[in-house]
Amino acid sequence: MQVGVLLFASYADAIGARTLRVTLPHGARVQDALEYVRGLPGAERLPPAPLIAVNAEYAPLDRALAAGDEVAFIPPVAGG
Amino acid sequence: MTHAALVRQPIDVSGLTSLVASHAAGAITGFMGVVRDVNEGRAVAGIEYTAYEEMAQREMEQIVHEAASRFDNVSVAVQHRLGELSLGEISVAIVVAHAHRAPALDACRYVIEELKKRVPIWKREHYADGSRAWVDDRNAPATEVVG
Repeated sequence: MQVGVLLFASYADAIGARTLRVTLPHGARVQDALEYVRGLPGAERLPPAPLIAVNAEYAPLDRALAAGDEVAFIPPVAGG
Repeated sequence: MTHAALVRQPIDVSGLTSLVASHAAGAITGFMGVVRDVNEGRAVAGIEYTAYEEMAQREMEQIVHEAASRFDNVSVAVQHRLGELSLGEISVAIVVAHAHRAPALDACRYVIEELKKRVPIWKREHYADGSRAWVDDRNAPATEVVG
């Protein structure tokens, strides 16, 4: 199944992309999307356990993914 | 009454105030975050704000609803600016109204603290020497901007 991966701020600069389309096996969880991203060039600049949101809500690593989900990697926020 | 928005134009604080003001509101308080000229010893020339907009909007709405329910149904409005801001410009503004000052002041503090913890907004500082860096990425070398 395909999911979207969203990268922001320093994470987008590290990986060199803001959006990715990623194919994961059925039954994949957030952890699998994290492992995919961790294998990309530049990912060594990401922290070991970045915050992740699925469809715009913070999600744990064991959250199951569905086709079409948007998995966002959230750098430490810095609003205000 | 609650209001939360991401905006790309200068924030109109009196417009925000009129959203929450009413004849029942004997106390109106506010907070403004402003782009300042130095951060951690470096001269700052401006700040660029970006967001995961769909999620930031959702989190800001959730925070103002929480504030209303925790602090005696205060009226609260918040706006956060996106894009390139110059020194002295308002990056975030919060205005809270209530019959009395205590819930208004407490709610205002709650909204800014939660916003800074939870809302997916990022800033890239532009330094006086021409370099730039994401504020979440202090350990990375500042990117030299050519041309």
